[in-house]
Amino acid sequence: MNYWNEKIETMPLTEIKAIQLKHLKKLVSEMYGSSKFYHDRMRSANIKPDDIRTLDDISKLPYMKKTDLRDNYPDKLFVRPQSDILRYHVSSGTTGKPTVVGYTKNDIENWSESLARAFTSSGITNKDVMQISMGYGLFTGGLGKHYGAEKIGATVLPAGTGNTARQIEMMRDLPVTCIACTPSYMFHIADTCDRMNIDIRKDTKLRVGILGAEPWSENMRKKLQERTGIMAQNCYGTSELSGPMFTECTEQKGIHVWSDLCLMEILDKNGEQCADGERGEMVITMLQKEAFPLIRYRIGDISSLEWEKCACGRTHPRLQRLSGRTDDMLIVRGINVFPSQIEDVIGEMDFLTPFYHITVDAVNYMDSITIEVEITDRALTDDMVKLEKMKRELDRRLKDVLNIKADVKLALPGSMPRTEGKAKHVTDLRTYE
Amino acid sequence: MSKYKIKQLSIFINNEPGRLAQIAAALKECNINMKAFNIAESSGFGVFRAIVEEPDRAFAELSKKGIVVKETDVIAIPMIDRPGGLLEVAKTIGNANINIEYGYAYSNKGVAAFFFRVDDTDAAIERLLSSGTKVLTEKDI
Repeated sequence: MNYWNEKIETMPLTEIKAIQLKHLKKLVSEMYGSSKFYHDRMRSANIKPDDIRTLDDISKLPYMKKTDLRDNYPDKLFVRPQSDILRYHVSSGTTGKPTVVGYTKNDIENWSESLARAFTSSGITNKDVMQISMGYGLFTGGLGKHYGAEKIGATVLPAGTGNTARQIEMMRDLPVTCIACTPSYMFHIADTCDRMNIDIRKDTKLRVGILGAEPWSENMRKKLQERTGIMAQNCYGTSELSGPMFTECTEQKGIHVWSDLCLMEILDKNGEQCADGERGEMVITMLQKEAFPLIRYRIGDISSLEWEKCACGRTHPRLQRLSGRTDDMLIVRGINVFPSQIEDVIGEMDFLTPFYHITVDAVNYMDSITIEVEITDRALTDDMVKLEKMKRELDRRLKDVLNIKADVKLALPGSMPRTEGKAKHVTDLRTYE
Repeated sequence: MSKYKIKQLSIFINNEPGRLAQIAAALKECNINMKAFNIAESSGFGVFRAIVEEPDRAFAELSKKGIVVKETDVIAIPMIDRPGGLLEVAKTIGNANINIEYGYAYSNKGVAAFFFRVDDTDAAIERLLSSGTKVLTEKDI
């Protein structure tokens, strides 16, 4: 078994917890001193840095939420000056406003370190060629994995997204041994290979996939592995944490969460710690993040943690498959979509009523999102050119806001269901089976 | 001028199997006779356009049934029911510099008419009349 950082990765739990406490104390006193936002939160909760004496004391600390990120747009939660910040990434937020994250040199270093450990645990070394078929740019997926792969000395092919046939040709010709992409894109690659008469097993050297940015199931893993012969590794991370951070090891028994970097709590409905293996809300404290620290961040995902030492020798807990969200956020083709964003766009268009419905589906594991929205009686016309123009305006605006293309259908006035109370705006037909 | 505007009903229907039959049943129940119709599709729903007898009564009764219907003005020009009939009409409209949004026709025992929708109906009627073209009124059809 290869380790990237054997000392840390196999450290006894008691020592890991001692490191966590040391970092937590430091983080809390720094935040109390330098973050007006968190200082005020602690004051209102009547907590002082000195109150954090044991790891269990973390439960005294106030939460941070996605809405806090929105309310403090763009960088009011940063505690380092711009001159210390090496990079920004931006992801979509809940309502219109995106979430901006910033990184110091150490932040980039820790992010890369986290992925270097993760990739090594998946059996990737400097003898591998990794094709990164994820968005570069504002999205964290591409650049994050790029730095992680370079750190372990693997050869990186920064393929980005799109043009699947060309991606497959490069994969075959170079030859590529690992790919980082979404699980649905891996299925798409397999389909495209079939059409191109390329056998992934025989015609390529592909052996590992680092697959993440959207929820998927054990069943999908089984199908992908049987179909392509690759080892399909689950990956977790979001821009708030830095980006993709953690993956499974070759045991495939959950995602190792490096606990010197990330203190992950799993809480039940009453905010109490769940037992090992029990599902609950994930609450995340990033112990060493500098530019944009996170304390008890309610990320919205639901899962469980296994603390038993892994057969690979690593002691860090293993995050199990995600089983839902605490909010209405949808993940469509790896992109976060909030129904409220769609509602905002609909509100901007004077030719639309407020009645709409979102349907998310997956055909061959490729997500699609359809938005049906009612046109007002006033705007309804039998002039197809005008209708087409309205639809195009809506298409364009949604693409701008959501960063993915949605299938828009105009519905007739009065045709969308009116419900009393809270309307059910979303139907998710995806099963992940 | 307004007597040259032919009232067309635009009935909007969802793109689902069986919807046309639903509309047809409503037309039957309201005892509405059609002279011409066409069906077009847009994103999400279709439009059933019809020239009917007693358009105002038809409009009121269909609306009462909860059917989404709009009245739209179109222009009708007679066509001769023989090869080349459309060519003459098309030339006339083209020469009057009128752009057609959509159109459809009916023909019956030697009598034919071309119904079409334009952006500015009043201006189009005026141009047609001033070029000596016969434009049909509701009574003519």
